[in-house]
Amino acid sequence: MEKTCLNIDIKEEQKKAQEYIKNQGLRVLVCSGTGCMANGSAKVMEKFRELGANVSTLTQHDKMTIVPTGCHGFCEQGVLVIIPELHTTYVKVKVEDVEEIFNSHIVGGKPVERLLYTDPATGNKVARSEEINFYAKQTRTALANCGRIAAESLQESIAMRGYEALAKVLEENKPDDVITEIENSGLRGRGGGGFPTGRKWRSVSRYKGGKSYVICNGDEGDPGAFMDRSVMEGDPHKLLEGMAIAAFAIGSDEGYIYVRAEYPLAIHRLRVAIREAEENHYLGDNIFGTDFSFHIHIKEGAGAFVCGESSALIASIEGERGMPRPKNIHMAEKGLFNRPTLLNNVETFANVPLIILNGADWFSSMGTENSKGTKTFALTGEVNNTGLIEVPMNTTLREIVFDLGGGIRNGKKFKAVQIGGPSGGCLTEEHLDMPMDYENLKSVGAMVGSGGLVVMNEDTCIVEVARFFMNFTQHESCGKCTPCREGTKNMLAILTKIVEGKGTMEDLDTLEELAEVVKESSLCGLGKSAPNPVLSTLKYFRDEYIAHIRDKKCPAGVCTALKTYTINPEKCKGCSKCARNCPVGAIDGVIKSPFKIDQSKCIKCGACMNGCAFKAVELS
Amino acid sequence: MIKSTIDIDFSKIDDILKSYNYEKSSLIAILQKVQELYKYLPEEAITYIGERMEGLSPATVYGVATFYAQFSLEPKGKYEIKVCDGTACHVRGSSGVLAAIKEKLNLEKGKFTTADGLFSLEIVSCLGACGLAPAIVVNGTVHPQMTPDAVSTIIDTLVSKERG
Repeated sequence: MEKTCLNIDIKEEQKKAQEYIKNQGLRVLVCSGTGCMANGSAKVMEKFRELGANVSTLTQHDKMTIVPTGCHGFCEQGVLVIIPELHTTYVKVKVEDVEEIFNSHIVGGKPVERLLYTDPATGNKVARSEEINFYAKQTRTALANCGRIAAESLQESIAMRGYEALAKVLEENKPDDVITEIENSGLRGRGGGGFPTGRKWRSVSRYKGGKSYVICNGDEGDPGAFMDRSVMEGDPHKLLEGMAIAAFAIGSDEGYIYVRAEYPLAIHRLRVAIREAEENHYLGDNIFGTDFSFHIHIKEGAGAFVCGESSALIASIEGERGMPRPKNIHMAEKGLFNRPTLLNNVETFANVPLIILNGADWFSSMGTENSKGTKTFALTGEVNNTGLIEVPMNTTLREIVFDLGGGIRNGKKFKAVQIGGPSGGCLTEEHLDMPMDYENLKSVGAMVGSGGLVVMNEDTCIVEVARFFMNFTQHESCGKCTPCREGTKNMLAILTKIVEGKGTMEDLDTLEELAEVVKESSLCGLGKSAPNPVLSTLKYFRDEYIAHIRDKKCPAGVCTALKTYTINPEKCKGCSKCARNCPVGAIDGVIKSPFKIDQSKCIKCGACMNGCAFKAVELS
Repeated sequence: MIKSTIDIDFSKIDDILKSYNYEKSSLIAILQKVQELYKYLPEEAITYIGERMEGLSPATVYGVATFYAQFSLEPKGKYEIKVCDGTACHVRGSSGVLAAIKEKLNLEKGKFTTADGLFSLEIVSCLGACGLAPAIVVNGTVHPQMTPDAVSTIIDTLVSKERG
């Protein structure tokens, strides 16, 4: 490349963009992520707009601008409304509340107490998001702009230093140095595997010269994880910039983002972002006026978990069944359309611009020895604060569940955390103080995976959860290789037998043996990791399996087949309602004296219990 | 495959094929567009695409269509209900929500579209709306924090709307 002088002064553009934000007057940020949209954020925005028209006559602000932002990650508290100038975050805002916020706070200067976040530990109201534990304990880098800027605005992205890193690498014009910087940062693949990103880039760059591709894996298939959705929806330009920097480094001019079809909003926002970036020469032909060109296409997935596997994803982009291919030929050499291909996950690319701007040292100062930087986790399940978090990689599970997550809901007891979804494992009380990095998690049979964290309490049956994940992977197994196709099916059959109370102790041995074989001999990551939930739950909760098999009991009281419904004779008034409700005629008795359930006929549907006015039907 | 009961306008399929330049790598996108038209993939459409696109056969197209969960070879209902059974939704009770919908719609085992064609049911693995678990989607609208009672009300509202 000869032409290095850029025809866009990014610093100048930044100033203009910051000026543009300043001229917006009072900014009211309304979350427009998938979660808040479902809770009615469109109507909230409309109402604010309507009221905001009079803001100049009522307050000292000459203008009020409603900013539709991406996901804040605090979906359960949606709709979230943040007014930065007033240092206030409102939660669970409904359209009916907007007028009160406007009149009382924006006009009258008095915050609306009842719409502030309540700290689950202290019961105190908290106004500033910096003081909400859920946010205060995070280090947001990849997610820094999510929820802070208008998700569909290039200008707002520019104001937050968007495309500055790309300008920097183009100006310096040393692709190899870019790769070195990424290598030095210690960034590892955020999609699950944790492969060093810089090394991957280096190996693709060896095949420089001909056509090559940059692919972003946005097929976030792990049920329970949504960090990639948040980045694509909330800060699409950061992802595009990261891809462009990668393309420049390895000498590629074409890229694909493979997004799940279940994420229509992410697809829409990416399309808008690509178009706007191309119109302004941050993407497309002759980026920044240089001879570097990079075009990005969107490929919509069609609902197949296995397409998150790199070679299956490539097959899918090529229009075929998404089946993995053997990896004897590395895709750095022959990937998409048989050309050298670099494939990274959304979050990985989103970290790239920051590393370029702040330096490898900045990035590697966070985290642990071999796991640098931050990681986003999707915290869900039985915790008080569910949502998306980003923390340095040395954060412990305890900090995540009890500080950020605010502890277990309804005062229940912590039991386990499933990390990494159907490919991951479970972590128990003994792991609470372990830093959540790649090596530590691997050593206890789990994995960072996509970063899904599902918190389970004492009421969750661990065997049923293992069955749930096996059901998922069995269903999603593409069927190409025998160990995965047949192995998952048989493991599922055994797990189903156990939760139905028909398991034997020999089944546990067979289950373990099958798990080892599937793990060792499957073709791709799906099969190799499918037994993880089984193996790790067997390791930490073997007694629960045994309770199901030997005692025919589900300690958590979840597995229907192992439940027993009985009528407490002291509470029963003999009204006969349960006998009439019972679909199989298993209940009998004499009016005005206690009724009885015939256990041999009972199908455990619970109709008797739901209908009893005296709470006389008991479950054990 | 179920015999289609609708007329296929092949010229519309031609337009779609043309817009993608008959490119093999766009097969999934083409099938998505055709499914948008009919809400499912009629057998005739699959055969037609296989015959018109170079290097493909109806069998290959059928293979792709059956591989991906998004494609349906059966007609969908006027209201498409998607129940999320991702991990977060599962631990917060999506099974109960699903059972309530099945019961409400009177769906027989193995059937996913109601006899009157009004509703169809689909189980999806994750909508990414985990903070709202358990969630369902009805014709693109996400309904958060569902309970068996809440889904029942949603269905009742739609039924009474249809009956005017």
